Amino acid sequence: MKNHALRPLWLALALVGTILIVRHFLVPKDFGVHGRNFTYGFHRLSSIDEWKAFTVKYKGKEYCADCHEEKVQENLKSKHRDIQCENCHGPALEHPDNPEKLVVERSRELCLRCHAKLEYPNSNRGSLKGVDPASHNPEAVCSECHNPHKPDREGL
Amino acid sequence: MSCSRRKFLKTTIAGAAAASVPLSALKFISPDEVRASVGDEKTRWVFLVDTQKCVGCGFCVKACKLENEVPYDVPVTRTWVERYVVTRDGQTHIDSPDGGREGYPTAKMNDEVIDPKEISKAFFVPKLCNQCQNPACVQVCPVGATYQTLDGVVLIDRKWCIGCGYCVMACPYGVRFFHPVHKVAEKCTFCYHRISQGLKTACVDACSFGARQIGNLKDPNDPVTRVIMNERVAVLKDEYGTKPQVFYIGLDKEVR
Amino acid sequence: MEELFVHGLEWTTKDLFCYPNEFIYWSIQIVMYPYMTGLVAGAFVLSSLYHVFGQEDLKDIARFSLVFSLALLPVAAMPLLMHLQQTLRAIEPLLTPHFTSAIAAFGIVFSSYALIVISEIWFVYREFIVAQVEALKDKPGAGNAVMRFLYRGMTMGAYDVSEKAIATDHRAVKILAAIGIPVACFLHGYAGFIFGSVKANALWMSPLMPVIFIMSAVVSGIALCMLTYIVIMEWKKFSTTLARGRGDQAVKVLGGVELDVIKKTSRYLLGFLIAAISLELLDLIFRGYTAMKSWDILRSVMYGKDFINIFVLQYGLGNLVPFTLLLLPKMTIRRMVVALCLVLYGVFMMRWNVVIGGQAFSLSFAGYMHYHLPIIPHNLETFKEGLFGALTVAVTPFLLFWGINKIIPCLNVPKID
Repeated sequence: MKNHALRPLWLALALVGTILIVRHFLVPKDFGVHGRNFTYGFHRLSSIDEWKAFTVKYKGKEYCADCHEEKVQENLKSKHRDIQCENCHGPALEHPDNPEKLVVERSRELCLRCHAKLEYPNSNRGSLKGVDPASHNPEAVCSECHNPHKPDREGL
Repeated sequence: MSCSRRKFLKTTIAGAAAASVPLSALKFISPDEVRASVGDEKTRWVFLVDTQKCVGCGFCVKACKLENEVPYDVPVTRTWVERYVVTRDGQTHIDSPDGGREGYPTAKMNDEVIDPKEISKAFFVPKLCNQCQNPACVQVCPVGATYQTLDGVVLIDRKWCIGCGYCVMACPYGVRFFHPVHKVAEKCTFCYHRISQGLKTACVDACSFGARQIGNLKDPNDPVTRVIMNERVAVLKDEYGTKPQVFYIGLDKEVR
Repeated sequence: MEELFVHGLEWTTKDLFCYPNEFIYWSIQIVMYPYMTGLVAGAFVLSSLYHVFGQEDLKDIARFSLVFSLALLPVAAMPLLMHLQQTLRAIEPLLTPHFTSAIAAFGIVFSSYALIVISEIWFVYREFIVAQVEALKDKPGAGNAVMRFLYRGMTMGAYDVSEKAIATDHRAVKILAAIGIPVACFLHGYAGFIFGSVKANALWMSPLMPVIFIMSAVVSGIALCMLTYIVIMEWKKFSTTLARGRGDQAVKVLGGVELDVIKKTSRYLLGFLIAAISLELLDLIFRGYTAMKSWDILRSVMYGKDFINIFVLQYGLGNLVPFTLLLLPKMTIRRMVVALCLVLYGVFMMRWNVVIGGQAFSLSFAGYMHYHLPIIPHNLETFKEGLFGALTVAVTPFLLFWGINKIIPCLNVPKID
């Protein structure tokens, strides 16, 4: 009497075997436990390098100073010294190669981010100088009167 | 009959052993290789947020989106700023329009005008991924697509994520979402591509008020570490046991 | 903006304060998924009542529910395939299972369970399959040849139909049915664990969740098998009464045996129903009593926005009414059908109230989210995660069953020759 009772078991093992073979081809070779333990470190190792290779977009004020020295110097003496150029002009990327020109945004919304007056006690926002956007020259663009790089009140 | 039963059991056990082979296929690489690739064990990235200094300008949110290629006009974001206004009647008003991406140019909250005289306290709370020490999101990923580096940053393998959303549900802080273009899980990475080269994160650079800072907890001379060790700081939702690594100065009981 | 689809944005509306990235990520397909796996588990348990515990008068419905659970099996995977943002990577949980995740272990358990069901069916039907190979030997026609080829493959070379071999078959069935019960419990306990272990979700997080899911799964499985069995048998009775000259005999057979079988099965249904209700009420009472931080928002969701969904539809219509109907004396087939439909509806609402209800409030505990099931699909996403996606899943087991029944018939039909 051939023991046919085990036949489904062979089928099951064949399926497991197939999955293992498929796994050999489909799973990246560097997939495994790296780092702390199985719980927190089970991954494909090369993913980390892929993240490290991600393009840096924002370069920082020193990068701008290379070419725009005068403007940066002027800015560093003003109240806006702590604001990054790229906050308003967008990320430098490969400027001046690509993009050739950066955004020169002149909208009111940009300045109102900080300077819409909000009377908030115990918050730095409350002590920031600001205006009521609805009543302070609502039709005008801020840079008409205020120099964003050196926003003191000379020449207002 | 009895011999077939014995054989049946024997082969079942053998089968079960064979089925456990997938587990043994997990590879362990040598410690040096690991250190070389997963980062310096002498570094543990931590973040410091000062809610006193934050003015709600939203430049951090804008910079993060542009630096990390998260579509700008879409209502998902790696980091955001919340506004809390507590009025004298004991009510707490909270909002975060577009995550604070355009800042807070108006005192109106949820279509409600709040009389400034009624405000007892109001502040802004920036939030981002806490890069938890025991991240629940990593624990629940069924395929190993999200993981923690040796320097503490939790990253997502975009090529392996199946988009089940379990990690999104498991995060107590709501920092995860589905990337609208890549269609996999996405979250703040502490700008890993920047900090690995000695730069600061995009949001830290963008903040003109010093409300955001990043540091290395393992360096005792790091200014962030000094604050965490010597001054009073708090974390969000520590009751979940995730051990978040973003520390807050000036965190209020009203913060969610 | 086609490629800039924010998953969940279209069917979520937010109220008060929710975190920016919060949407209803787990929608109708994640409601369907535990529902379908529950039906599988329940159908299997019903069939095991005969195969393991020898409840002779359940023989026919047991055979039927075993085959029906096979029809349900592939359908249990469908909601997941429709939900995954990267469907083509669906095999990864079998390739690199991260066992700390309930979903990963589930992939392995589910595959094992599928093998058990298929193996058990093989043993149950082997004698029949071998007989078919013989019977189709001399029959002409391409269709018969294909069927014979299929049956030959299905024998896996085991043609021995001696008494000893058949006895081995029965033995194997008993063993598999016995192993299958804890595996079915494991399978559905895991589904409950998927939710119950999410500490971030105040409604889901509970050690009771796996047990609640198992109990309601068995309830739904038994109910579906009973209902489908009744419907098919009543239809056959109806169609034979239409056929001239044979109607009387068929009617007599169905009228008597059926009611007894149904009544007996319904006792099991009642037992599991009581267990499921007790656990759910226990969970609710505990939450209210301990009143943790999340209680305020949970209460406002359960007693406010979702009151009708939970208490009227699920507990009322879905549990209390069928409970009463099952206990009332003088049971009729018609009343049974109503009760079974309500039970099935109740279990579905339970899944809905857990999955959708758990996302009805924000992680901030200061806001709400409303789920709007997409009805008319206008892109792939609103089809997959909408009403029509759910209906596709719901209809498929019956289509599959129709096909499977042609190969391994499981409905006791009076001999027509």
